[in-house]
Amino acid sequence: MSAHLPVLQVLVPLLAAPLCAILRNGRAAWAVAMVASWTSLWIAIQLLTLVLANGTISYELGGWAAPWGIEYRIDTVNAFVLLIVSMIAAVVTPYALKSIEREVEASRVALFYAAFMLCLTGLLGITITGDVFNVFVFLEISSLSAYALIAIGQNRKALTAAYQYLIMGSVGATFIVIGIGMMYVMTGSLNMADLSVLLPQVSSSRTIPVAFAFLTVGISLKLALFPLHLWLPNAYTYAPSTVTVFIASTATKVAVYMLLRFFFTIFGPAFSFDVMQLDRVLLPLALVAIFSMSLVAIFQTNIKRMMAYSSVAQIGYMILGISMASVTGLTAGILHMFNHAMMKGALFMALGCVMYRVGSVHIDSMRGLGKRMPWTMAAFVMGGLSLIGVPLTVGFVSKWYLIQGALEKGWWPVAALVLLTSLMAVVYIWRVVEAAYFQEFPGDDDGELREAPLAMLVPTWALVLINLYFGIDASLTAGVAGAAARSLLGVGP
Amino acid sequence: MSPETSVVLAFAIPLAGAVLIAATGSLPNLREAVTLATGAALLFVVASLVPEVLAGARPSVDLVEWVPGIQLRFTVEPLGMIFAGVAALLWPVNSLYSIGYMRGNGESHQTRFYVFFAIAIAAAIGVAFAGNLLTLFVFYEALTLSTYPLVTHKGTEDAKRGGRAYLGILMTTSIGLLFFAIVWTWQATGTTEFTEGGILSGHLEGAQVGLLLFLFMFGIGKAAIMPVHRWLPAAMVAPTPVSALLHAVAVVKAGVFSVVKVLVYVFGFELLQAEPSTRWLLYAAGFTVIAASVVALRIALEQGNLKRMLAYSTISQLSYIVLSAAIFVPISAAGAGLHIVAHAFGKITLFFAAGSIYTAAHKTEIGQLKGIGRRMPWTMGAFAIGALSMIGLPPAGGFVSKWYILLGAFEADQFLVMGILVVSTLLNAAYFVPIVYMAFFMEEEAPIGGNGDSRGHGEAPLPIVMALSATAVLTVLLFFFPDVPLALAHAFTGGGP
Repeated sequence: MSAHLPVLQVLVPLLAAPLCAILRNGRAAWAVAMVASWTSLWIAIQLLTLVLANGTISYELGGWAAPWGIEYRIDTVNAFVLLIVSMIAAVVTPYALKSIEREVEASRVALFYAAFMLCLTGLLGITITGDVFNVFVFLEISSLSAYALIAIGQNRKALTAAYQYLIMGSVGATFIVIGIGMMYVMTGSLNMADLSVLLPQVSSSRTIPVAFAFLTVGISLKLALFPLHLWLPNAYTYAPSTVTVFIASTATKVAVYMLLRFFFTIFGPAFSFDVMQLDRVLLPLALVAIFSMSLVAIFQTNIKRMMAYSSVAQIGYMILGISMASVTGLTAGILHMFNHAMMKGALFMALGCVMYRVGSVHIDSMRGLGKRMPWTMAAFVMGGLSLIGVPLTVGFVSKWYLIQGALEKGWWPVAALVLLTSLMAVVYIWRVVEAAYFQEFPGDDDGELREAPLAMLVPTWALVLINLYFGIDASLTAGVAGAAARSLLGVGP
Repeated sequence: MSPETSVVLAFAIPLAGAVLIAATGSLPNLREAVTLATGAALLFVVASLVPEVLAGARPSVDLVEWVPGIQLRFTVEPLGMIFAGVAALLWPVNSLYSIGYMRGNGESHQTRFYVFFAIAIAAAIGVAFAGNLLTLFVFYEALTLSTYPLVTHKGTEDAKRGGRAYLGILMTTSIGLLFFAIVWTWQATGTTEFTEGGILSGHLEGAQVGLLLFLFMFGIGKAAIMPVHRWLPAAMVAPTPVSALLHAVAVVKAGVFSVVKVLVYVFGFELLQAEPSTRWLLYAAGFTVIAASVVALRIALEQGNLKRMLAYSTISQLSYIVLSAAIFVPISAAGAGLHIVAHAFGKITLFFAAGSIYTAAHKTEIGQLKGIGRRMPWTMGAFAIGALSMIGLPPAGGFVSKWYILLGAFEADQFLVMGILVVSTLLNAAYFVPIVYMAFFMEEEAPIGGNGDSRGHGEAPLPIVMALSATAVLTVLLFFFPDVPLALAHAFTGGGP
């Protein structure tokens, strides 16, 4: 059984998807999704434990030996990302029940869960596979289902948002497959481990740098690196709350993982950073993203949109860490993938609770909610503190490593910029706090508006508590991220 | 009970108290009983640690490994003992006062108030016992955030604006400068532990030391060295018990405590003396002492808001502590440690008196205080004692600490410091003495156009009078029996008694 865990990680949600579609009944589909997502989490935990104990796991799909067959290859890096994705899925599914009933037409609820399971399959698949063409296949599965998930809401603007995402996402996927094709032409291999051996022999050709460039642009589109982020704010704003939580916490993280895998494992840090000088592209874009998107976030009135811009800035933090190409910097980048998933998950879930009761997440409709929905708003404040990077939250751990990495490199202005943008986060979070706690509730005082249902509050607070737990005791997450960073850079354990 | 258990308990008791207070919120009498009982328990536990620390024990507890290589750690050393002792001693007194004040003024959301108060005390204990820079920073920020709802308690537009300044200045400085300084220290030395003699020696030199000192001193915004002092007057929108305990004791003392601790245990006096780039601290602190006193005097002359004047007096007194530590000799650092105690006792008395006047007579301006001493003899008597301590005259505790600061200045031939002390003493006298004179020796004015609603008031409610009498007595007792804090202060600087 445990020998087949790698394939089960993908297979469980993949089989759950058609089951959800066949069942047609929303509640039954939800139950299937619950079982599938929690099984995925269990498998991911098993895999991470195994990898930490025994080292890299290699699984040959269908018994065909690599590099001819498809290989699933799990090391510390993707075991950690598998955990992030399946953990968010496991927390989001119970939350979805109430929220989706409110925001999605009843006849489509079962289809929603089918698409949700497909999206999960795709994201887990991208992460687990050791084959570059397989990456592309799973990327398409996750992207196409994500377009459907965004469009399924009742907000008509969701259709244009999904369309915009579809166009830009397809451009990105095409760039990626072109890059993969070029690598295949030059090496005759699609296996990642194999490629990493074969590529250096042909890297002096012109084709490989071009492939590198196509992959850079394609992946950057997927992870919404400034200025390729234009699809993101609308998609996050108009998607159903549950979808926003899931996509914001996982999709961009998996894209960041792809970047790590392609540029560190396949091309190797020496080629990516010394020859192609990837950091010269990533660093300025990351810095501009961090600063400009934090600034834009301050002026948003729709809080979901504000959080979307904040996400682009936060992705900038991850890319900043990666562009340092040092152990500390990479640790910061990988750690922030986990931490940001947890904090944004909590924040978007709290906003989903507001959406459920109030029907809007405009800053004006959040007035006086501190008294009306105390638990929801407290969760929002805690998530916000984590976003700011207050001690004892996960956000602080990320900032610690990020600034340390910058100082190691002697990048003083970069460290200063990170701190400055933390303060900008104080500004945009506190706008909401002041609206919720210092302004009067605009409606009648008849006490109609109540706290969100428990089925939504419990998952929200679960993420808030994870934010606190891994903020107080980060030795596990920071330790795993550190090990992942060292393995990517090929330095000692 | 081992000292280690006491350390953990000292932190856990106020937190447990916060939970219990929240749980008993619907029964005000029980809730207040819980507050007082928690305060008493905390005082008992902290007091039990004092003999251990005086005997040379340095109990240390690792809470959790935060990231690989850095522990969240409590270590009790004498200076932390002083700060924790002051906070634990004054919290029960302040709770007594709060009960009188909050009920007397019919304030709303009293449960929330007591809950955040207890959390703030836990954070202050965390700051006091922090064993390394990271732990210090964690609880420093926790203290800022847990006091925000107290500062903005009234929920008015004024409170919101004051809260913005409070949070804005404190978090800008702590995240922007202090956090930066801590990561730099960790990056340069590979440790954040507080170590006798400092950790930076041999790792940094020249202008870098001065720059890091700059980041630390202004990063610790709670010490209110000008120009990062504005949060303190802004925070005066809070109910008076908050101003009293938090802005005379817990918050501001967390600031100067952190300053002294960083100077002694991170930089080390040897390094600071050797590097000329650190001299600016003396001038910055000296400037703050004088400038804040001048502002306080101006408020007194304009007969402005009493609490605002006290806020500027606090800024000036805090910089005494920084100033005396900035002489970089042990004896004046002992004076700094002692002044943390003396100023806490004196200033809390003054704030208590201001709140007492507000509760009984609804007066907030200095100009309204004529003749009030005859109506409220206990309150104004305590006020006079607090004022004596601020000026630094016997028989008040402020005299003893000032004496030690002067000794240090003599030892280091710092005539500038002596000059600053003399001038500021005169300024202090100039704004406190007239108020006491007005209160006792001038005739009460008839209320303008009033129907006499402020007439006929007497003393404030009994809990208030009890609390402010207690702190006034403590102020005087510190003059006659300064032994325990003095012994701790000496132990902290490594000198003999």
